Amino acid sequence: MTKRIILGAVAILLVIVAAYASFFIAPQERTMGLIQRIFYFHAATAWAGEMTFFVCFLANLLYVWKRQPKYDWLGVSSAEVGLACITVVLITGPIWAHPVWGIWWTWDARLTTALILFLIYVSYLMLRRFGEGDQTPTIAAAFAIFGFIDVPIVYMSIRWWRTQHPQPVIGGGPNSGLDPHMRPALYTNLLAFMCLAALVVWFRYSVAMAERRAEDEAAQRALAENPLSGKLESQGVR
Amino acid sequence: MAPIKLSPTGLRFEGIDKRYGGLFALRRVTFEISAGECAVLAGRNGSGKTTLLRIAGQIVRPTAGKLSFPGSSADSAGDSRPGYVGHSTMVYDELTAEENLLLFARLQKVESPTARAEDLLREVGLYERRASLVRTFSRGMRQRIAIARALIHRPSVLLLDEPATGLDPLGITWLANSLRELNRAGCTIVMSLHGESEISSLATRAVRLDAGSVIADTKTGASLHDILTFGAA
Amino acid sequence: MSLFSNTAVLLSKELRTEFRSRELLTTTVVFILVVLILFSFAISPTTEESREFGPGLLWLAILFAASLMLQPCFLREQTNDTLSSLRLAVSDPFSIFLAKLIANTLFLLLTELIMLPFFAIFYNVPVLPEFHWLLLVLLLGSLGISIAGTALSAISAQARMRELLLPLLLLPLLTPVLVVSATVTVGLFEREPIVKGKGIAFLAVFDVVFLTALWLFGEYLLEE
Repeated sequence: MTKRIILGAVAILLVIVAAYASFFIAPQERTMGLIQRIFYFHAATAWAGEMTFFVCFLANLLYVWKRQPKYDWLGVSSAEVGLACITVVLITGPIWAHPVWGIWWTWDARLTTALILFLIYVSYLMLRRFGEGDQTPTIAAAFAIFGFIDVPIVYMSIRWWRTQHPQPVIGGGPNSGLDPHMRPALYTNLLAFMCLAALVVWFRYSVAMAERRAEDEAAQRALAENPLSGKLESQGVR
Repeated sequence: MAPIKLSPTGLRFEGIDKRYGGLFALRRVTFEISAGECAVLAGRNGSGKTTLLRIAGQIVRPTAGKLSFPGSSADSAGDSRPGYVGHSTMVYDELTAEENLLLFARLQKVESPTARAEDLLREVGLYERRASLVRTFSRGMRQRIAIARALIHRPSVLLLDEPATGLDPLGITWLANSLRELNRAGCTIVMSLHGESEISSLATRAVRLDAGSVIADTKTGASLHDILTFGAA
Repeated sequence: MSLFSNTAVLLSKELRTEFRSRELLTTTVVFILVVLILFSFAISPTTEESREFGPGLLWLAILFAASLMLQPCFLREQTNDTLSSLRLAVSDPFSIFLAKLIANTLFLLLTELIMLPFFAIFYNVPVLPEFHWLLLVLLLGSLGISIAGTALSAISAQARMRELLLPLLLLPLLTPVLVVSATVTVGLFEREPIVKGKGIAFLAVFDVVFLTALWLFGEYLLEE
C-alpha cells in the first residue's frame, strides 16, 4: 500500500513539474505559438501508449504460454490504459494540427498506425467482454498477439504507400530538430506520463486480482459449506 | 460384430477439477474403471456427467487433476484415444454417411479406410442409406452414424453421453445389443444414463455424481438400482 | 507427413461441401458485384479516375465480401459439434486451419476471377496487360485475407455478437493488405503498366508472418 502511495505521489509531482516545464520553462515556438505546447503532452502520451502496448503484448504471450490468470489481467489492465493513451493522442493530434496546418487529419504512417492500434485495443477489450465460455481469455490473448504483430506491418505498409502517393509535407516528425531548450519540457513530460501510466496499470491490475481472489474464496466457501448443493443447472452447465 | 483389435484398457480419474469462472462443475473426482467393465454414470442434470465424459474424451481440459488409461499399450497410440458419442452427432449433415465415415477413417489413419467404413455401415444397419446425406436421417439413424463414427478407429474405450435419448424402443434394443457385443469383445464402456432401462441392465459398475462430486459407487457397496434411482422415490 | 495428408483430406471435405450447395460462392459473387455497381453510382468515375480509384474500390469490395464469406467458416462446425470430432481425429490441429484457409483462398480467387470481367467493363479498366502479375497480386492478397480471416473466424465463433465482431476484428488487421494490394493494382492498370515489386514482396511477407503466427497459436483458438 505504501509503495503505491509513494509512486502515486511521485507521479503527481512529476506531472506538476512537467506541466510547469511545458508552460514556463520551454520557450515559445516561433511559428506555431502557444498551441505547440500541447505537443509535449501529445508525444509523452504517445510514448506511454507504446509502452503499454508492449506490456500488453508480452503479458498475452506469457498468458498463452503459462496460463496464469495474472498475466491475462495484466494484459487487460495495460490494454485499458493503452486505450486511454491512444485516445488522448488521437484527440490532441488534430487539436494541434488544425490551427497550425489547417487540416484536422492526414493519413500518414504514425497517425494511421495510432488509429489502427486504437481499433485493435477496442476489439481486444470487446472480445474479452463479449466472449462466452471458459476459454475467452485465451482466445482474446491470441487475438491480441495477432493484432499486435500487425501494428508494425501497418506502419511499414502506410510508409511505403506514402512514397507511392506524394502527399503534402507535414513537417518532419515531432522529434526532428528539437530546440535544446525544449528538451527539459519533453523529457519531464515523458517521465511523468510513463510513471502515471504505470501507476494506473498497477492499480487496475490490483483491483482485478483482488476481485479474482474474492471470487476464489467464495467458490471455496461454497464448497465447504454445502457439498451437495447444485446451482449449476441455472448456469446451463451440464 | 467383428472382434475389435484392442488391448484391454481402463479409465482412471485422479483429483479431477473443472472450473467455469467461479463455479466448480467437477470437484476432486477420483475413481477408476477397470478394463472391460461396462460402467454407468448417473446423476441429475447439471451434476457434471457430461463434463466428466468430455474430459475423458479429451475434448475438454480439466482445471486440475489427471486422466489416464491404464493398460493401453504404448504402440497403439491411435487406439488409446477413446471413442466419444455426445449429444450431437458430430458428423457433417451435408455429407453422406459413407463420406463422413471415410473422412474420419482417413484422418485417423485407419487401415483400409474404405473397407472399414463399409463394414461399420453394415454393422450399424446403415449400408442401404450409405449414399444419403446425414441431413435426411431420423433420430435413430443419427445415433447410429454417431456410434459408427466413434468406433471407426477401433477404440478400447467407448464413452457415450445419454445415448438412449430420443430413441424408440426398437432403437434402444439395438443399442443395448450393440453395446453388449462390444463389451464382450473387450471394449470398456462408460455411459451416462438417467434411470433404469434395457441399457442400464448391461452395467457391471455404476457411479453417481451430484454437484460435481462422486456420492455413490457400486465398488464401495451401493447397489446399481439405488444409484440409478437415487432420490426418485 | 500426416499434417499434409490430413490437410488434403479436410480440404477435399471443405471443397465438396461448398460445391454441393454453392451457397457461399453465389452470394459472395453477387455481393461484390452489387458493391462495385453501387460504388460507381456513388462516385461516377471518369476513365482516368477509374484507373486510379478502381483498384481501391475493387479491393475494398473484396474485403467486405470476405468478411461475410468467412463468418460461417467455423460457425458451421458448431451445429453438430463437428469441431470436437475433428479435433479428436487429427494429430495436429493446424491441419484444420490449413485446410480451411486454402479452401477460403480458392473461393475468394474464384469469386474475384468471375467478377473481374464485370469490373473491367463497368469501370473501363484494362485488366489484361500484365495479367499474370494481376493474378499474383490477387493470389497473395486473397491468401492474406484468408489467413487472418480464418483465424478470426475461429475467434469470433466463440463470442456473442459475432456478426459484428468478425468485421470489427478483421478490417483493421487487414489494412496493410488493402493498402498494398490496391497500390500494386493501380500500378498494373496504368497506361504504362509498372510492377511494384516491393509491394508484392510485402504481401508475401504479410502472408508468411501471419501463417507462422497461426501455426504457433492456432491450437489455442480451438480449445474448450
